[in-house]
Amino acid sequence: MSKIDPEELAEEVIEHHALGHPDGHDKSVGTSPRRKEDARLVTGSTNWTDNIVLPGMLQMAVLRSPMAHARITSIDVSAAKEQPGVIAAFTGAELADHWAGGLPCAWPVTSEMVSPVHLPIAVDTVRHAGEAVAVVVARDRYEVADALEFIDVEYEQLPAVVDLEQALRDEVLVHEDKGTNRTFDWPFAAGDIDAAFTAGEVHVKSRYFQQRLIPSAIEPRAVVVAPIAAADEYTLYSSTQIPHILRLMLALTCGVPEQKLRVVAPDVGGGFGSKLNVYAEEAIALVVAKQIGRPIKWTESRSEAFQATIHGRGQIQDIEIAATRDGKVTGLKVDLIADMGAYLQLVTPGVPILGAFMYPSIYKFDAYQFNCTGVFTTLTPTDAYRGAGRPEATYAIERIMDDLAAELGMDPLELRRRNWIAHEEFPFETIAGLTYDTGNYEAATAKAVELFDYEGLRREQAERRERGDSLQLGIGVSTFTEMCGLAPSRVLGSLSYGAGGWEAASIRMLPSGKVEVVTGTTPHGQGHETSWSQIASDALGVPYDDIEVLHGDTAVAPKGMDTYGSRSLVVGGIAVTKAAERVVEKARRVAAHMLEASEGDIEFDRGTFSVKGSPEASKTIQEISLAVFAAHDLPEGLEPTIDADSVFDPENFSFPHGTHLCAMEIDTETGRSRIHRYVCVDDIGNVINPQIVEGQVHGGLAQGIAQALYEEAVYDPEGNLTTGTWVDYMIPSAADLVDFITDRTETASTTNSLGVKGVGEAGTIASTPAVINAVIDALKPYGVTDIRMPASPERVWHTIQEAKAGNGQGHSTPYPHTQSAQAAPEASA
Amino acid sequence: MIPPLFDYVRPSSVDEAVAALAEHGDEAKVLAGGHSLLPLMKLRLAAPAVLVDLGRLPELRGVRDDGDVLAIGAMTTHDTVVADPLVNAHVPALSHVTAMVGDQQVRNRGTIGGAIAHGDAAGDLPALMLALQAEMVCQGPSGTRTVPAREFFLDYLDTAVGDDEVLTEVRVPKLGEGWGYHYEKFQRVAQAWAIVGSVALVRRSNGAIAEARVGLTNMGTVPYRATATERALSGAPADPTTLKTASEAADQGTNPPSDLNAQADYRRHLARVLTRRALESAARL
Repeated sequence: MSKIDPEELAEEVIEHHALGHPDGHDKSVGTSPRRKEDARLVTGSTNWTDNIVLPGMLQMAVLRSPMAHARITSIDVSAAKEQPGVIAAFTGAELADHWAGGLPCAWPVTSEMVSPVHLPIAVDTVRHAGEAVAVVVARDRYEVADALEFIDVEYEQLPAVVDLEQALRDEVLVHEDKGTNRTFDWPFAAGDIDAAFTAGEVHVKSRYFQQRLIPSAIEPRAVVVAPIAAADEYTLYSSTQIPHILRLMLALTCGVPEQKLRVVAPDVGGGFGSKLNVYAEEAIALVVAKQIGRPIKWTESRSEAFQATIHGRGQIQDIEIAATRDGKVTGLKVDLIADMGAYLQLVTPGVPILGAFMYPSIYKFDAYQFNCTGVFTTLTPTDAYRGAGRPEATYAIERIMDDLAAELGMDPLELRRRNWIAHEEFPFETIAGLTYDTGNYEAATAKAVELFDYEGLRREQAERRERGDSLQLGIGVSTFTEMCGLAPSRVLGSLSYGAGGWEAASIRMLPSGKVEVVTGTTPHGQGHETSWSQIASDALGVPYDDIEVLHGDTAVAPKGMDTYGSRSLVVGGIAVTKAAERVVEKARRVAAHMLEASEGDIEFDRGTFSVKGSPEASKTIQEISLAVFAAHDLPEGLEPTIDADSVFDPENFSFPHGTHLCAMEIDTETGRSRIHRYVCVDDIGNVINPQIVEGQVHGGLAQGIAQALYEEAVYDPEGNLTTGTWVDYMIPSAADLVDFITDRTETASTTNSLGVKGVGEAGTIASTPAVINAVIDALKPYGVTDIRMPASPERVWHTIQEAKAGNGQGHSTPYPHTQSAQAAPEASA
Repeated sequence: MIPPLFDYVRPSSVDEAVAALAEHGDEAKVLAGGHSLLPLMKLRLAAPAVLVDLGRLPELRGVRDDGDVLAIGAMTTHDTVVADPLVNAHVPALSHVTAMVGDQQVRNRGTIGGAIAHGDAAGDLPALMLALQAEMVCQGPSGTRTVPAREFFLDYLDTAVGDDEVLTEVRVPKLGEGWGYHYEKFQRVAQAWAIVGSVALVRRSNGAIAEARVGLTNMGTVPYRATATERALSGAPADPTTLKTASEAADQGTNPPSDLNAQADYRRHLARVLTRRALESAARL
């Protein structure tokens, strides 16, 4: 299970017979047929938005502010309009009257939240480098790029504010008219926190920094707008995760009636949350196409993506835990400052609030106190990035559990065992108010410990410490859980989110016996066409290859809440099963009529309806489909269709969990760290397609490890992004990672009929603290207790030097590399 | 990511290329593999009016045995150098280092001449050229001249190749018997530039070090030789203590930059550690 064996996989694909599952399997679910979407995705011979070419299409380009904070004192696009091929150019002021509203923030987390108007193009003030100030439209992408250089803008530079605590002092106001940078305070408290901190005589307190991350989907954003001017109708193609939400929001922002706007998400090359948004360029392209009456394309360059697409994370976390001497956690306090950036994008304020529920993680204790303060800075807006609040929370709790274990002199796994919710205690209501339906932390941990050879590596670590090896070993633990399957609509309502969390599906039976599954989810790499086909194949008894999954077009799949938050299978997949059940029930009625039997005597098994006791009297679902199409002889009162719709709204979240163990080897001479062994045992409930799960876990691990060791959006004090390209913003490739050892336990979720939990974010959430805990564990002999992410070689090296020098205050280079490295005697090294 | 408008010239001989450069002066830039120049143009950090493409000049490609030296055409791709039998027979250090340039796509397109003429001290080849004591052949309007590596790298992205000249050939002396070599490239991710690199060439004789040469990558605006280390090793015994002591002087005379990946003090430290490790491997200790 640790690696995909290509030969084994090929065999499986070859064996995969007509029903979509290998011989010996009753069902397609649980097997890994070849992904339906891969042939076109991996060859690029598909409809990426930028591949779309329409007759008469023009190219749009956006001029962006080079400054983080400035007043626009003059702006002149007239010279640009004179350039070859240029059709039109607009300033923010010229488009200002065309907006029916600002870009939306759908998650006002408190009623007092400060929510400034966010126009798609700045009119008089820019608030982050990369904010749009003007647009040009020309015949092609070359002319438009050249013409941008002829726009004359004069700025009066204003002071930037890039530090969260400085921003809270309101010395520099990002939105002057609001009088404060403080966006909201969101408190939560449960239990008697003072009593809990008195009962727990050991207190450990830490401050962690969640650096900003740049999502870096392989396909940058792109938009194509096709107007039918005479009818005032528009089709908007966008590389988005959320065509349905986008349709509604653009209608409101641009004043286009919702029924006149069709939104299409063609094949989308990744998102990681960064395409869960309503972006300025989508609105601008729509409004400009409306003005000009011709199709318009805008394609984001990678350099633009670094500044104009949302960033992730960006928090300061103060966390304090109390426990008894024997390691029983009694209470937890968390105080967050969350960087909103310059504006509130679609769910910006909600991201840290999602995290609020995850700090208690898998542990039982008596009191929890949380506050989050949102703050504006003159930086690119933040928003949901793979995990969205939950990785930050998991990092903090799993880091401080390791710190607490060190303080108590206890093995970090033993500390967790003493505090986690026992298998027999489920369902369990946590101190944060969530009800975890199921879980088996004991089983996942036992399996991980065995695969990892925990004891063996601890012995090796001791030996290396003993002999003062320059290559030190550290072991990091992360026993995580997350809330997935976003989300029960009533819960979203109670959290002031602007919409529900249901998902829609339809099944259409075609006359030839083939099937169309229409889903409201919007895959952008996840393989829904494959997984939904597997689910429908089993439910309808129709061959896997006879099923087509349609998605991502509001004219084809009119209802949906789209794809994010590990929700698609857990909510959308259930809608598919429910629609399939309805198809079968309708078909059963037709079968009974055709077989001249009573409905109660009709049995359904793998696509065939037969009369109980006389299996030779049978009709296949395909035969019934054709009969319904012909409609010559149907049961009295039956409309001639067995198609069905379903909208599923979950009652509860799902709660994937797992145990991740990481061994890091640190070259103490250079500070370079290398993953020595990485084991994860995830419990994501039942599995539809093991290979897709494996891919999600591997990618998630890479992204979480990247936060721990490589990635950081660095700004200078003037608010300029100094990591503006992939030369400076380090993304690891396969060459930098190891063969992950992955396995699963399967504890079925009870909150949905498939028993699934979601896997899109698990690896990202769990791996970051596992890696950093391992780095710190390796450096324990030097007295190191913390290090800032990413733990780059230089940071690790400086941390060791400071610890050796007995300087616990962090060193004095221009940006803080390390947080604290307490003085301690150098061990045997 | 679209460069400004430029004219494109594709000469069919080096003479034509030189003539094109003479005509356009400092408005023109020579295009080799394009892996350094084109990104700068796409970011609009460089905007040459004319590109003179050397891509169709077969006489600038390939490796030739020229007695005591290998004559390598400037347009020979990294990938060709890595696999070339003459290089592997006579200067395997060049194959060893070139295999670590960029990634496979870069090595398929990028050229030895382009990498050297670009003059980026963070590139892997300039420091190696110093250590190999290579010579660069430049052809201009007044003919051909040969510049030793130690006089070739002038400043950041600035080399001895004149605006009206084309780098045509890299002449690398054969190393001969007894040489060991090793390149320690220290980087954040696999395809990134070196934060610091140290390439060591060591010739051993009767258990002692007859000669050691060390080239340093990304320790200033130009590549360096670790001359103090080299002097300390000349004729010294080939043992770990000697190498370690000599490596302590590796950063002498350098002027390392401070950037996001490393402050100068860390670069100096890395230069010492990496030089020791490179020497240990090269001396086969």
